[in-house]
Amino acid sequence: MYKIVEARSVGLNIKQFVIEAPRIARKQRPGQFVILRLHEKGERIPLTIKSSDPANGTITLVVQAIGKTTSLMNCLESGDSILDVVGPLGVPSEIKNYGTAAILAGSVGTAMALPTAIALKQAGNHVIFIEGARSREMVVFEDEVRDASSEAFVMTDDGAYGEQGLVTKKLNELLAAGRNIDFVLAVGPVPMMRAVAQITAPLGIKTMVSLNSIMVDGTGMCGGCRVLLGNKSKFACVDGPEFDASQVNFEVLMQRNSMYRDKECQSLKYFRENNQQELAGLRSELAAKEKGLTPLCEELTGIQPPEPCLTQIEVRHG
Amino acid sequence: MGENNLVAFPSPPSLTPPLSPKDRMKILRVPMPELDPEVRSRNFDEVNLGLTAAAALDEAARCISCAKPGCVVDCPVGVKVKEIVALICAGEFLAAASKMREDNALPAITGRVCPQEHQCEGGCVLGKKGSPVAIGNLERFIADYERQSGRLGLPPIAEATGHSVAIVGSGPAGLSAAGDLVQKGHRVRVFEALHELGGVLVYGIPEFRLPKSIVKSEVDNLRRMGVEFETNVVVGKSVTIDELMQYEGYDAVFVATGAGLPRFLGIPGEHLNGVYSANEFLTRINLMRAYNADEYDQPVYDCRDRDVIVVGGGNTAMDAVRTARRLGARSATLVYRRSEAEMPARIEEVRHARQEGIEFRMLTNPVELIGDEKGWLTGARCVRMELGAPDEDGRRSPVEIEGSEFILPAHVVIIGVGTGANPLIQSTTPDIKTNSRNYIVADAESMRTSKRGVFAGGDIVTGGATVILAMGAGRKAAVSIHEFLTTGAWEVEQPART
Repeated sequence: MYKIVEARSVGLNIKQFVIEAPRIARKQRPGQFVILRLHEKGERIPLTIKSSDPANGTITLVVQAIGKTTSLMNCLESGDSILDVVGPLGVPSEIKNYGTAAILAGSVGTAMALPTAIALKQAGNHVIFIEGARSREMVVFEDEVRDASSEAFVMTDDGAYGEQGLVTKKLNELLAAGRNIDFVLAVGPVPMMRAVAQITAPLGIKTMVSLNSIMVDGTGMCGGCRVLLGNKSKFACVDGPEFDASQVNFEVLMQRNSMYRDKECQSLKYFRENNQQELAGLRSELAAKEKGLTPLCEELTGIQPPEPCLTQIEVRHG
Repeated sequence: MGENNLVAFPSPPSLTPPLSPKDRMKILRVPMPELDPEVRSRNFDEVNLGLTAAAALDEAARCISCAKPGCVVDCPVGVKVKEIVALICAGEFLAAASKMREDNALPAITGRVCPQEHQCEGGCVLGKKGSPVAIGNLERFIADYERQSGRLGLPPIAEATGHSVAIVGSGPAGLSAAGDLVQKGHRVRVFEALHELGGVLVYGIPEFRLPKSIVKSEVDNLRRMGVEFETNVVVGKSVTIDELMQYEGYDAVFVATGAGLPRFLGIPGEHLNGVYSANEFLTRINLMRAYNADEYDQPVYDCRDRDVIVVGGGNTAMDAVRTARRLGARSATLVYRRSEAEMPARIEEVRHARQEGIEFRMLTNPVELIGDEKGWLTGARCVRMELGAPDEDGRRSPVEIEGSEFILPAHVVIIGVGTGANPLIQSTTPDIKTNSRNYIVADAESMRTSKRGVFAGGDIVTGGATVILAMGAGRKAAVSIHEFLTTGAWEVEQPART
């Protein structure tokens, strides 16, 4: 049981949660994710961690309501709990001083890219953050983006806020203006990441993309999240989630992500018709479970936070 | 059975039976009652229904109590089969169960999933002329009898030693080590990466072969004995072994993570939609209950009225193909590159699969998976094989017959050709030595790794094996861990590389 200590809406259908998860909070590095299951009958879904607070034992997740599970999650409020949260999973972002780093993020992808942007800036990079969103209501964390970067641009599809156009339009403009970019991280919908790769690969700019393939266990045990890099198969959960964009087969990724679309649509439709019952069911199930459980944070209090060990995680991307 | 026969520790039974060995050998093996294949191939209920007490008495009476019991010799953990069968014969079912627990902490599980034909029953002298004593069925009977009687006497727990042991993984190796160590008075905490306890027993083995309620009851027994469990901890990610020992006060760690890295075939088309590893397919069904789509959210490909192919010849492949059948597959076909004689699956599973209408295509190997323009699987291009010269293991290796290519239509292909070593622990604990295939190197007797205080056993050391071998490893590790904790001695001798 993982208690939600704070829940607030940050954009259209986008909500930010601060969740008690002391073990994860201690170990989380930029780019890593958790897998969560809301209730006994729920599915396991991966979500990237926006930030963590080791002292308070909390992590912050940002969720856009898209399918049934994310829609149900976005009905939760502070004081509610989540049944299972496991992590931090995946290989953290590689942080070093590239020179100039451009971060391209689409809407909720901004939350996932923020920790890496902050770390890159701390490592001495000139960080250009380009946030894209469909419309003004979906522009999120603008203040944090400005803090995390040396230059920030907001792009909206309809031009109602910031500049009109896609994030790739801004990237092209910067490159056309002769700006030197040494590293790119793109986090967002697959077509957006593919478009970024198509721009940067011919220029030889090192580009990483954070892949959102379908996962089950998150430990490399099932192989459901396999992605094709060149002719090699990799598991996004343990080898990723970030991969070299020039190697990624985006068509296979899109095709595999569509595998359960019919079932997802049915579930969502059912949820929309019955969301109050579903929410009430979740709450009563978790309330029954909570009785007799010692919160893990209490149990772990007094155990020295293992700061010195954290550096070893930096070894990566073999 | 009268109440008076339920005494926990009765006096030893009379070993002078009224029946002569000749009479005993005339009794036919009591068949295990099973669900009707037509009915069971549409549900996930347990196939084997279990022996009645009367049937168990009949079956136990077949044992001729031979002087050199091959059943004991051929059991990987040396269960005292002969004594147990004698106790059953005498109607002392609870005493039999308690005798069983001296060597096997999870009899309700092994009675269901052990490959008895290669172990205890393979060693039974009756098997030379007819059918061996149904030891597996008897084992299951006494374990179920004990559980249903509600008279499971928890073993005595020694006074607290003040030592703590972390166990990584709640599969058969981890659970059996936990049970033994907690009895010695050590504090034991089991860390599990998934949200449910039991490891392969819950994500891998289907409900129709091992009901989850049985695993849960074994876990609950351990909990009552004082074992602590923490789910949702991926050791290597959520916390490292070094952190467990340095910051969380564990004096010893037992790594029992299982193999857990699915092997694919490495042929074109494995990224098509509809292609699963057996691990993924079974996890979706068993752990996430995707077969109950009305109630559970985790999806699985809708197999109804579709063609499903499972590649492999072991128990996992057999579990996957029988699961596909139960999900309503129009055809459920097992494709194996050797012949049926070489299949590692339990004989009973093969028989059950045939009864359920599974099609067997032996000496067949897929070379390419084919899909439509949208990336959905449509079939498997296969070749026929013949058996050539024996390989290093003595098994005849399959050789492709040239020009034998053909296409099997398929909407779903499930790859169940074994697993490799999951590297999560090894990669974050560099001082644990691994072999060339990335399995952890541990001494075969003491289970000690190259890192002081860290032990390893089960599939993460041996590669994919059986539940009983993993349990045996867990028990050996418990003995060795107890010795280390009480003496503080750690042999500096490096374990031999395997």
